[in-house]
This record gives sequence, structure tokens and C-alpha cells, in this order.
Amino acid sequence: MNFKAFVYVTLKQGYSDPEGETTSDALKGLGYNVSSVRSSKAYEVIFEAADRKKATSLVDEMCRRLLTNPTKDDYRVEISEL
Amino acid sequence: MKRHDIKVLLMRAPGTNCDLEALRAFRDMGVQAELVQSQKVFKTKNLDDYNIIFFPGGFSYGDYVRSGAIWAKEMEYRIGKELKAFVEEGKPVIGVCNGFQVLVETGFLPGFKGKSIEPEAALGNSTHGYQCRWIRMKKVNKGSCQMLNSVEEGTILQTPVAHGEGRFILPPDKLEQHLKKLYDNDQMVFRYCREDGSPASGEWPINPNGALDDIAGICNPEGNVLGLMPHPERAYYGHLMPTWTSTGLNKYGDGYPFFDSVIKFTEKKF
Repeated sequence: MNFKAFVYVTLKQGYSDPEGETTSDALKGLGYNVSSVRSSKAYEVIFEAADRKKATSLVDEMCRRLLTNPTKDDYRVEISEL
Repeated sequence: MKRHDIKVLLMRAPGTNCDLEALRAFRDMGVQAELVQSQKVFKTKNLDDYNIIFFPGGFSYGDYVRSGAIWAKEMEYRIGKELKAFVEEGKPVIGVCNGFQVLVETGFLPGFKGKSIEPEAALGNSTHGYQCRWIRMKKVNKGSCQMLNSVEEGTILQTPVAHGEGRFILPPDKLEQHLKKLYDNDQMVFRYCREDGSPASGEWPINPNGALDDIAGICNPEGNVLGLMPHPERAYYGHLMPTWTSTGLNKYGDGYPFFDSVIKFTEKKF
């Protein structure tokens, strides 16, 4: 079965996020009433797995092995069957 | 062992830089140094042929995902066993800049209990964006990092940094206990400092990236794996130093004692 996973990687709370801060300042400069911006990364992964349970565990493994560093990153996954 | 028998492996990946500077520094030291594409090493797996491994700086694989992450995971997958055996033999492994990021991502640094499965630290994005500037770092290691024992504790070295992601950080829930371990195990090697040697105390640009406790470089508890963000190879020759003309046109710069110490240690130990 083919699956599509969206993986959202965000910096853990408490870490300064220069990209988010700069973007926040820029949005304020454009006149928006923005209180904060946090930057994040998203990956769209298309892959094969035997079933949904296996697909979930495979994406989790991908996140732990490469897509995130647990020291500084949190992640969230949305999986759908293709 | 004799100096001319020492073999240094400098590994490179797409996006590596400063590899030629490091190669030149090692060759000037009178050792055999080879610059090899990591893909070739993945096939030959001949780490045993070498006495020192050096991971240069740069932006391997375009810094995609995270700095050093792709190269680190690829290395772990292809030659993880060989690299671990090399480290366990006590041979020096050095990572500069991107090389430091690779050693953190592979779990060799800080390596509190040997190589960790997941990284125990991170080199996050610098608080002031990409930084390319001369900094000062003070050697604070008390002796565990034997390969640098010819550089006296308290020595200040002026070298360049050039990175966007070099802010040393620890997991927030284990910050205090991990930081304590770094001190207790004598894993602190270099800290960013002012001209008079006093700590940068996080002040930019003395601490160029906002690194925790002004950490510029650390080693593993055994002391044979060393990672640092500043580039000693870019300060190897005197004419590379910003003070060259005002300090007597010296042949060698502040990076020289770093390489000199590593080679002296290897000569004695093996």
C-alpha cells in the first residue's frame, strides 16, 4: 500500500528561533499585529508499507533517524493512504 | 610511531570545504594525509589503514535537513561499525565546523556513555544568523583530551568561524545534568573568550552564535573524539592571521599549535 506522510518539524519551546524572530519583525514592519512567529519545516514523504500501523511506525523511525534531532526538535505526522 | 608513518584520513562529501587547508596543514606537519571522498571509503571501509580521521568543515549535502545530518546518518549506515571500532581503539577523530556537527549527529559527541543512538546535543541555528568572523577561543580542557595536551590550559587561539548553525545546545529537560557532566568529565575543550581570556558570557559577537556556556569545542569522555566550530586550519600559517604584519610576519599562526599537538600525541601514543 502507498502512503503519504506530512512531517512537521518545529523547534522545541524555549529555543530561540532567529528565523521566526526576523520574520515576526518583518511582518510587524508590514503593519500586521503579529505577536510571534515560530519557523518550522515540513516534509511530504511518499512510501510503501504493509498497513497503516506499519506506515506509522516507519515514519516515526524516519523522524528519529534523520528528520529530527530530539535535542531541539518536536515533530508531528499526518498520514494518509494514497 | 614515526611521524612520516602517521596516516591521516580526511573525508569529504559534496559541499565540504576547508579540506585542502587541513590537508596542507597535516602535510606541512610531515605526516601522510589523504583526502578521500566518503563514497570511496564506504566501499573500501579501510579505516584501519589510518591513525587519525579528520572531518573538515563546509555544508555537506547543502546542509539540508540539518547541518551534518545527512552525511552523519549515511556514514552511520555505511561504515558505522568501522568508525565505532576506530573510536574505541582510542585513535584521534577530529571534526571541525561541519565535522563537529557530523560527530554530534552520529552520537559520538558528547558520547556520555559511548556512542549514543540518538544525538545527545545539537548545533542549532546561530542567534545572529550566518557568522563569518575571527573569534578567540580559550583551551579549558584539563588533560582528558590528550591529543591537545601540548597546548597549555588557558591558551587563547584566534581562529575564524564560518557557520549558520553552530550554537551548541543540550536538551532542555537534561540541560543542567548534561552540562554538569561536560564539566565533571573534563569534556569542555574550547570556550569563546575575550582578548584578555575572560569568558564571552554569551555576548555577541565574542560568542558568535549564542552557544550554551560559550562552548566552542568539546571531546568525548575518553578524550579521543574532538569537535569544534572554529577553524584552526584557516589560521595555520602566520600570513592567514589578521595580525600578521603587526606581529612580526611569523611563519605560523594560531592554528599551528593545534595540529602540532595532535601529531605529537599520535607519535607518542601509537
